[in-house]
Amino acid sequence: MLDPTSSLEALDGRLASLPLPVEIRGLVYEAGSKRVIDGIDLTINNHRVSAIMGPNGAGKSVLLRLMHGLITPTKGEILWAGRRMCRLTARRQAMVFQRPVLLRRSVAANVSHALGLRGVVRGERAIRVDEALKLAGLQGHASTPARVLSGGEQQRLCLARALSLEPDILFLDEPTSSLDPASTLAIERLVLDAQHRGIKVILVTHDVGQARRLAHDIIFLHHGRVVEHQDAESFFAQPQSEGARAFLSGGLVL
Amino acid sequence: MTDFIDAFKTALGLIATFNPNLVEILILSLKVSLTAVFFASLLGFAVGGALAVYRFPGRGAVSAVLSALMGLPPVVAGLGVYLLLSNVGPLGVLQLLYTPTAMIIAQVVLVTPIIGSLTRQACEDLLEEYDEQLRSLGASSGDIVVTLLWDCRYRLITAVLAGFGRAIAEVGAVMIVGGNIDHVTRTMTTAIALETSKGNIALALALGIVLLSIAFAVNAALIGVQRLANRFAYA
Amino acid sequence: MISSVHRRKVLGLILGAVLLFAAAPTGLKADENFIIVQSTTSTQNSGLFDHILPQFTKKTGIEVRVVAVGTGQALKNARNGDGDVVFVHSKPDEEKFVSEGWGVKRYPVMYNDFVIVGPASDPAGIAGLKDADQAFKKIAEAKAPFASRGDDSGTNKEEIRLWNAAEVDPKKASGHWYLETGSGMGATLNTAVGKQAYTLTDRGTWLSFANKDDFKVLVEGDPKLFNQYGVILVNPEKHPNVKAKKGQAFIDWLISKEGQAAIASYKIDGQQLFFPDAHSGS
Repeated sequence: MLDPTSSLEALDGRLASLPLPVEIRGLVYEAGSKRVIDGIDLTINNHRVSAIMGPNGAGKSVLLRLMHGLITPTKGEILWAGRRMCRLTARRQAMVFQRPVLLRRSVAANVSHALGLRGVVRGERAIRVDEALKLAGLQGHASTPARVLSGGEQQRLCLARALSLEPDILFLDEPTSSLDPASTLAIERLVLDAQHRGIKVILVTHDVGQARRLAHDIIFLHHGRVVEHQDAESFFAQPQSEGARAFLSGGLVL
Repeated sequence: MTDFIDAFKTALGLIATFNPNLVEILILSLKVSLTAVFFASLLGFAVGGALAVYRFPGRGAVSAVLSALMGLPPVVAGLGVYLLLSNVGPLGVLQLLYTPTAMIIAQVVLVTPIIGSLTRQACEDLLEEYDEQLRSLGASSGDIVVTLLWDCRYRLITAVLAGFGRAIAEVGAVMIVGGNIDHVTRTMTTAIALETSKGNIALALALGIVLLSIAFAVNAALIGVQRLANRFAYA
Repeated sequence: MISSVHRRKVLGLILGAVLLFAAAPTGLKADENFIIVQSTTSTQNSGLFDHILPQFTKKTGIEVRVVAVGTGQALKNARNGDGDVVFVHSKPDEEKFVSEGWGVKRYPVMYNDFVIVGPASDPAGIAGLKDADQAFKKIAEAKAPFASRGDDSGTNKEEIRLWNAAEVDPKKASGHWYLETGSGMGATLNTAVGKQAYTLTDRGTWLSFANKDDFKVLVEGDPKLFNQYGVILVNPEKHPNVKAKKGQAFIDWLISKEGQAAIASYKIDGQQLFFPDAHSGS
């Protein structure tokens, strides 16, 4: 089950409706005087987990946020199945951040609130909340204040919340960087589960092991540019760029 | 000194027997201040939440003015409302001067900046944490305001209690716009001022004790709310 | 604009607010059967209103709401139309009020008198003097502490008249032996007792004042201390909101046999405070 490569044939109909491919053209983002994203051309056209990797400061998180529409690019464009970002495309995406962001309410209320924002009706909401809690392994904790959960539990909840929205695209920004191995495993299970539901996952990670376990293709970023984009197997076996080589062998990439 | 002790004993007697005069004044004070705080809360929550979330030119100035108005002296608020409601003033046609409604209006003017500023601060603090996630979930600015207000609920309760404390204790505003009319607009604070000026120390003391008790109760409630919030990690 | 879930919550809250407002019986839209009388703190502090007003209300069903401020302010408020009737004690100012068209007609109602009170020790030695301005002169010479209303009230105006008659200008010593409290009679008496100072007060307030310490009435009976009260209906032609009929009903009652008897019957410790004189032409 936990196989990133297992067949997705059964989901053909669903996959066809995904807003893919993602086409990024000439993307530039400047923060103050600094060029954080320095001209990116990128196409992603698969239904599996794509991982964005690179040294700190390479612009990975910024790229994710640009793709999700949280920040506006200085130049360039991002097209989803040929269309520009708009409210409609945004509604079909979800994101989980590095640190779990939960409201000061119960576990169930957190999921319910998100569903409410998307306009899901009462009855349907209750069903989805239930499913989400099951997915996150938090059934007994529906009325627990969300913020007293452990870090791992909170992140599982955030991911389950994102999945309950039934997005087409799921962005994950280093979701397990502060978690213990057991929680990391639980999160990775959920990520693969997402893939099996026909959700396109774009994951930022600096954990090489995680990338090996989950990713189908690797996008390697360095100094705000895409330096490499190839399937995971080839990338790990034979990284093409200087930066990637240094990164994978554990050295400091300047 | 014996005068004071006698007065004190008489005061306790008035309280213990629910002296009708005292009770009437207490009920009017509570009605005026509670009603004022209610409307000030609606206004304050809306303004505070909106200021925290919406970006518009002059936002900083409005926030600064709102903060400054927290220190508005009650007499000045009373004077301002009096000028508005006086028969020769712009709202004279409403004939509201010397009524409890006028007192409520004056107290709303006093309390709204307090609740508004504290709400804005609380929402801003939370917004830093929630902003990206809420926008990711597709929340509009309006959604974000509502979400923040509910999540800040413990801090908002604190703000409301602070506002009530201010309202129930002030004398300047209600004196000017209410006229301290017996059975109509005489509150605890204006009654204390009057009875003291008549030398009726016993009744003034009794009212003072009741007022102090309310102040203490409000303070205790404040501490209780904060403890509750911390316990459930809702702070 | 706001998601459906939140919209419902917000609407519910607003509805609740409206219902609460409607249900709250705070007399927000009080019944109209009342008049507002602008009167003075001394009259109120004497307790006269608590005694006579219920009788008027019982007879006519009209509630009388008294706003007690200084005479100057009462007349000013009435000029603004913030009242239906004025009931003060400063004849020259009252006549001016009417002649300037703000009031309909001035009716004399009652009189009481002023007295000079002071500490039993009587540092200026004025006890028993028959001449009020003589007493003031002696107080000024002794630089004995004197508490003044300093608030443009009827009492204050009377006090100023006495200083003028004594050919003394006490304001030069304001803050030294001459203390201007800017307050009502009761508050000023509190200050006088606290500072062991002389003061001019109307007898009514003095009798009902509960914080006398060892103070006594030291000077009384001088005709200059005679204090006449007048009542005037605020001119409805200047301020259409004035409840002319009800206001006039109150005035008529005050000067009627019944009203005058009510005034005369008000006593403290067996002493009558106010002397009705509606038909004396004062």
